[in-house]
Amino acid sequence: MRLRSGQAGALFVLAAFFLLLPQFVTSSYWLGLWTLTLFYALLGQSWNLLGGYGGQVSFGHAVFFGTGAYVSAVLQVKFGFNAWAGAAVAVAAGGLVGAFLGAVSFRYGLRGSYFALVTLAFAEVFRVLVNSWELTGSGFGMLIPLRPGAAHLQFTDRTWFYYLILALLAAACALVWWIERSRFGAYLVAVRENEDAAQALGIDCFRVKVVAITLSGALASVAGVFYVQYFLFVDSHIGYGPAMSVNALLAPLIGGAGTLFGPLIGAVALGALSELTTLALGKTPGVNLLAFGVLLLVILRFLPNGLMGLFRGRA
Amino acid sequence: MLAVDGLHAGYGALRILRGLDMRIERGEIVAVLGANGVGKTTLNNTLCGLIRPTGGAITWLGEPIAGARPERIVASGLIQVPEGRRIFPNLTVRENLELGSYRRARRNRDRNLERVLIWFPRLGERLRQQAGTLSGGEQQMLATGRGLMGEPQLLILDEPSLGLSPRMVDEMFGLIRRINAEGVTIVLVEQNVVQSLGIAHRAYVLENGVFALSGPAAQLVADPRLKQAYLGL
Repeated sequence: MRLRSGQAGALFVLAAFFLLLPQFVTSSYWLGLWTLTLFYALLGQSWNLLGGYGGQVSFGHAVFFGTGAYVSAVLQVKFGFNAWAGAAVAVAAGGLVGAFLGAVSFRYGLRGSYFALVTLAFAEVFRVLVNSWELTGSGFGMLIPLRPGAAHLQFTDRTWFYYLILALLAAACALVWWIERSRFGAYLVAVRENEDAAQALGIDCFRVKVVAITLSGALASVAGVFYVQYFLFVDSHIGYGPAMSVNALLAPLIGGAGTLFGPLIGAVALGALSELTTLALGKTPGVNLLAFGVLLLVILRFLPNGLMGLFRGRA
Repeated sequence: MLAVDGLHAGYGALRILRGLDMRIERGEIVAVLGANGVGKTTLNNTLCGLIRPTGGAITWLGEPIAGARPERIVASGLIQVPEGRRIFPNLTVRENLELGSYRRARRNRDRNLERVLIWFPRLGERLRQQAGTLSGGEQQMLATGRGLMGEPQLLILDEPSLGLSPRMVDEMFGLIRRINAEGVTIVLVEQNVVQSLGIAHRAYVLENGVFALSGPAAQLVADPRLKQAYLGL
């Protein structure tokens, strides 16, 4: 709630590192890896806002990611929207889905694993729906036509994608930083810590949680929009599949849930681990997931506050 | 200050409170006594807006508040310290206290913090400590202090002696009396009859959803019906 002295220093180092990175990383392979790492950090930050700060653990964050990806794709392909306009609508749609899901599940007092299961179920329902609906490309998925140029949110020079995701992540972190210090952030943490006590202090827990899930949904759909522009493709498994939901929570859990830099640190750690396992064990599909699982177990056992727990006494 | 008339409340078909009348005057300590399961906590939650009453009226500072939203009731200065030391375990003692002043009296936060730390000096020694690491008595002090951070006009303490050692109970009750002496009206919802009557001005004895007895504390102590009502003999 008050200024943490470490944050300013860490911010400066991080900003300098990530801004200058493309000067040193010239191979497109490595630049692509860093771009995806920052993408996962953004997705993780969206999960972190709801799950880390608010304590509402979602197992279905793909429902927001997929909504961002699909709405922007469908609007561009089927309705001739400009990519930027489609992106704006997609982010609003992600927030709306968040507000709806939150209103429905929090109204009936769903908490903990029950809430997690409802989010998972929603993501699965959406996956089945887009997989069978012609408008959403059914089983084939959606291909975005190649239209290079910033006006279409497509870049031939991949460095621009790197800077785009860096800017989006920075904006998301700034939002979370601001929330962390705001009255709303204090309410959110109070709800996570003890809802009954929060209520006794006059905090409207329902409203706080719905606002949090709305913001989280909008942020995750920003990641979805980016994904579609970067790969120019999305299908039901990428958009609404459980893999994206797991990716959304892995980075913050490993980096430190409920901390500003947790998702970024977690994403970097996971990216590095993924590369190392590929180096050591070859490109066998799924072997990096195995390593992620082991890392998650080790972290949860020895560092319940994530890697950020190494830097600070408490989460 | 607070008037309750013919209050009925319950959960679904379960009727817990069946026609309560109660008056609280400014500056008093009023004890609400009763054994387990007679409706003490239900009364508490109804006053704070967590449960909507099914009948009757609650008048607070001249305004009807039956069925009002809990946020509004807290903002108007009727603050509850919930049963069982509901603190925020992973936050520091200071952060816990500060959370008490968001909804009300935010501008006076520093002054109120100072005041709370004079009442509870042990909290002052532990401001940067995680609240979950405090002892039971200290957690109760923290929950009470957090309630006081909102400058309550009326503070409802739900079972402040619950699970505390006898020495800690003495200390806690001494502090309640002191807080009251400095101008905070207090409703003390308790099972601990003897000690509550020791510090209260008046008391209500709740039995199966109705007040079986009420009156000045000094009179009730000597009343043989108290034992009867309390033990259900």
